[in-house]
Amino acid sequence: MSVNFLIHRAKEIQAVIDANASEIEKLDQEIGDGDHIFNVQRGIKLVIELEAVIKDLPMSKALNQIAMKVLSGIGGSSGALFGTLFMTMAKGNDIDNGVDYKKAIEIFADGVEAVKQRGKADVGEKTMMDVLIPVSNCLKKGVEDNKHVKEILNEAIEVAEKGMFSTKDLLATKGRASFLGERAKGHIDPGARSSQLMIKTVCESVLNS
Amino acid sequence: MKKFMNSADDFLKESLQGFGAAHQDIVNCHYDPNFITRATPTKEGKVALISGGGSGHEPMHGGLVGYGMLDAACPGFVFSSPTPDQMLAAAEKVDSGAGVLFIVKNYSGDVMNFQMAAEMMQGPNESVLTNDDVAVEDSSFTTGRRGVAATVVVEKIVGSLAEHGGSLQECKALGDKVNKNSGSMGVAFSSCTVPAAGKPNFDIGDDEMEFGVGIHGEPGRRRDKMKSAQDITNELLEAINEDLKPEANEEILLFVNGMGGTPLTELYLIYDNAKNMLDKKNIKISRSLVGNYCTSLEMQGASITLTKLDEELLKHWDSSVHTAAMRWGV
Repeated sequence: MSVNFLIHRAKEIQAVIDANASEIEKLDQEIGDGDHIFNVQRGIKLVIELEAVIKDLPMSKALNQIAMKVLSGIGGSSGALFGTLFMTMAKGNDIDNGVDYKKAIEIFADGVEAVKQRGKADVGEKTMMDVLIPVSNCLKKGVEDNKHVKEILNEAIEVAEKGMFSTKDLLATKGRASFLGERAKGHIDPGARSSQLMIKTVCESVLNS
Repeated sequence: MKKFMNSADDFLKESLQGFGAAHQDIVNCHYDPNFITRATPTKEGKVALISGGGSGHEPMHGGLVGYGMLDAACPGFVFSSPTPDQMLAAAEKVDSGAGVLFIVKNYSGDVMNFQMAAEMMQGPNESVLTNDDVAVEDSSFTTGRRGVAATVVVEKIVGSLAEHGGSLQECKALGDKVNKNSGSMGVAFSSCTVPAAGKPNFDIGDDEMEFGVGIHGEPGRRRDKMKSAQDITNELLEAINEDLKPEANEEILLFVNGMGGTPLTELYLIYDNAKNMLDKKNIKISRSLVGNYCTSLEMQGASITLTKLDEELLKHWDSSVHTAAMRWGV
């Protein structure tokens, strides 16, 4: 994984998110306050705009720049959560000397764990954590079991989708959907949908490369 | 939506510019990132107090920057938490070496962003988290109780201690104590409109009120039919008393706070009605504060805060303060 890899994936994610924007917006209008898609699109745009600044930087510095940009540019809870993800990844051991898929999985998992701590949300609370935590666990397990990288990524795509659909029947206890109580049931969480799309995009891109 | 605005994008900037110009003897406004400091630098050895939160609650917190209160405030966009770059820039400007105390209202976005700033900061720092709202344990924006109007009381009392040489740990401890000694609850008659959203945050009927409302118009305990002022006041005070349990003859501060769209005439009427009830319970109102301090844009409504006062708190409440929104003893 190189800085160039990050920028290219960001561009692919932008295309996928844009293509699904109206669906995500609709999900958010049903159980949130309708600004999730706007925040996600703004965040991705800010990351892509960093290309010239970060393309020749070492990985740790590039990830830190991305973290600070997302943090200040998106703001609110989303900015803090995504900022935490990238900032933790930037602290990964020895990442300036090359990041293979095992290292990438290790720092992603550390990042997800930090996001879990920051937002104090776990699986089953109808948030993006219902996608991120199972995906992180699946990736780590795949490495432990010495599975082939293609197998690991294919499983991650499936786990992300399953996690995303699982939010449909959950009651929300975190985030703005929580005050709807029973009314939030039957709706997929927009944050779970957008993060599932991002994970699918990155995994497929690696599989097809 | 009817608002004094030129464009939603410039709404905050123009308001900050006006605030800075109108109170240039007290504050300095800094932009990109946005933060407000006192017009004079922090005295050497004085703990610096920094607060912040979404805009739309004015005069909290910018109007509370000045002698005897805050050293800096970080305004986020309307009803949206400020970001760590703002807090870090503010801290760099006002930290005199004695450390920084962050005063944070318990709303998820604020908590996460202040937490990140605290982690990134090099120098010594502590945080006081206010959660005085007795209405709900968990709201749509929080885990645990919300931090609302008592934040003003915390900032006044801790501000005085910091001004008089209190250490970082002492300031943190006093802040926690004031928060623990305080309880608040609010009620709303109408909604409020975030400029960028352009439509009201919630719908409410002409004959309805949101009982236990949060400071962004988020739901509270229940939707009720309108009642008399005395009945509403009694119910607010009962909820607070149940939580705070002030004893007979205990001294308290009675703080009636307007949410932005309710005239002072009505706030004083609430004060009268609250006094009626507290007198009956032999609770001694020894200090008062009435006005719009912790607002929710143009929302019609009010909140009541009670703070139990001991000698230490009384002394720091009474000491001089000179900010845009609070000024006495100078």
